[in-house]
Amino acid sequence: DQVFHIVPKTFQQVQHLQHLCSTLLLDLWKPQLPEDIRTGEDLHIRVSAPLVQEVKDSLDHHMISYKVVIPDVQKLVDQSMPKERSSDRQVPEGYIYTQYHPMGEIYQWMTQIQRNNSELVTQHYLGKTIENREMYYLQISQPSDKTKKIIWMDCGIHAREWISPAFCQWFVKEILQNYKSDPKISRLLQNLDLYVLPVLNIDGYIYSWEKDRLWRKNRSPHMNGTCYGTDLNRNFNSSWGSIGVSYNCSSETFCGSGPESEPETRAVAHFIERKKSDILCYLTIHSYGQYILTPYGSTTKPPSNSEELMHIAEKAAAALMGKYGTSYKVGSTSLILYSNSGSSRDWAHMIGIPFSYTFELRDNGTHGFLLPVEQIQPTCEETM
Amino acid sequence: AAMELPLSHSLASRAAALATGYLCYRRGSPGRGLALRSLRRARRQDINDVGHKYYLELELEDVLDKDSTVNCTAEVLYHLGNKNIAPDVQFTLEGELKNTDEADNIFYNRIKSPEKELVAENIPDSHGNVPPEMEPIRLLAWVASGYVIWQNSTENTKFQLAQIKHVKQVKRSDEYLEFDYMILLHDMVSQEIIPWKMTVLWHPQHGVQVTQDSRQPKHASG
Repeated sequence: DQVFHIVPKTFQQVQHLQHLCSTLLLDLWKPQLPEDIRTGEDLHIRVSAPLVQEVKDSLDHHMISYKVVIPDVQKLVDQSMPKERSSDRQVPEGYIYTQYHPMGEIYQWMTQIQRNNSELVTQHYLGKTIENREMYYLQISQPSDKTKKIIWMDCGIHAREWISPAFCQWFVKEILQNYKSDPKISRLLQNLDLYVLPVLNIDGYIYSWEKDRLWRKNRSPHMNGTCYGTDLNRNFNSSWGSIGVSYNCSSETFCGSGPESEPETRAVAHFIERKKSDILCYLTIHSYGQYILTPYGSTTKPPSNSEELMHIAEKAAAALMGKYGTSYKVGSTSLILYSNSGSSRDWAHMIGIPFSYTFELRDNGTHGFLLPVEQIQPTCEETM
Repeated sequence: AAMELPLSHSLASRAAALATGYLCYRRGSPGRGLALRSLRRARRQDINDVGHKYYLELELEDVLDKDSTVNCTAEVLYHLGNKNIAPDVQFTLEGELKNTDEADNIFYNRIKSPEKELVAENIPDSHGNVPPEMEPIRLLAWVASGYVIWQNSTENTKFQLAQIKHVKQVKRSDEYLEFDYMILLHDMVSQEIIPWKMTVLWHPQHGVQVTQDSRQPKHASG
């Protein structure tokens, strides 16, 4: 649809325009009624797409000059539409996985997902955040008489990495929509249980929606409330505080007052510690950079099963690339990214979980943390 | 003697990011932003009493048209000791970059004589959106940030433009366009977000210039 601006010069032109408006039922924006069209005054009409050529031909034929001031009405409408945050939008059937969701909607989504898939999904309490919010994970488990090994995946340990929680939600949706029809997923669930924590750093995530989009850490207060936030991915008990961290609260990589000083870290660590003999694989999802990272960040000494870890990661990166050509770099954090200590991935491996990986999703820096919503779907599809 | 570096090595990717920033500054415009598509080869040389030199082969892509790519070789020299000297960068492009004269001129004419000077905030917004009419403003910042990145990079930094917090057009009596930007740079290595103020001059025939720039204290972006 297009919007035309015309200033009629003569009475004949006015008459023709009035005729055009009434016969073609054009949408008059200004003035409201055809009888108010005047010479020398602005006329704005919206012409629906199928009629655009006809109207242009008619205007040309009658030597009426015009200007197309809006070449695509729908586009403008879409751009100016405020994101609807009404409470009717939490039903998973209507849940839009290709948009970013605030925490309130994610909480509702978890409840709905469990309710709609109760034969497979249970929601479990993990602990509380520093600001007293409840942390939950979803357990996707096919009933069976054998105990199954566990794959754990957490998202959103860093608040600004919005594509990460988006991926966890997408992942759950894909599994639940396709476990009956997709043989790979069906076999996966026969042999493994999936535990998914959609947002680990809940307080930080909320803060990035409401106050500071590029916030990274949690929201624990320090120095009498003059400084906030510990980097949760420097707070785990894996060579804590040794390298790649800051002891200064104002830094983005502040490692906290001690290993596991943060309630969010403790909630996750205590749970994983309890279940560690059954956990086969620990995955933690971040952005950006397009990496699959293996332990360790705190030392360049390779882990005991480093060949196997690399082999699997390389296969994963190849499969990922097969989807949209996105290339991921694979390797140990200390070599290909930077040194760091206290990461959850290192800790998981150190306590005996054999396969421990950090995924850094799209992109490479062109958008960085502000990944546009159009990239949510391809990112999630290729990572899947 | 230059040592071959694995392509995924952190030092190689930092040097590549720096070279890309510099290149983008020298060749970019509101109609053309360049980003690193892939690193093809990286070698590193330790030059006694001088610094560390990297020899890179890069593939760059056009930010607006991902299928449009160009190969390039670059040499980056990080100077020893004095951290106030920007690294030396030299590059050679293999092949032509897309001509952006038409897009540049359309933007130039649109902005040159405004009734009101352009003002905008948060580009991209929280959801990664950039309104189409703001895309040239964003690319101009991308290009200009290449200068800031070049001037302030070391082997221990890897900067990217994270967001434009604020941009204001400054009226000029000559033919140049001038913008005051407040941008946020992200350093991948320290994970810090660094606010930076920069004044950018541009003219279709004269390229992009950063005439003033200054790092801002952490809470300056508001």
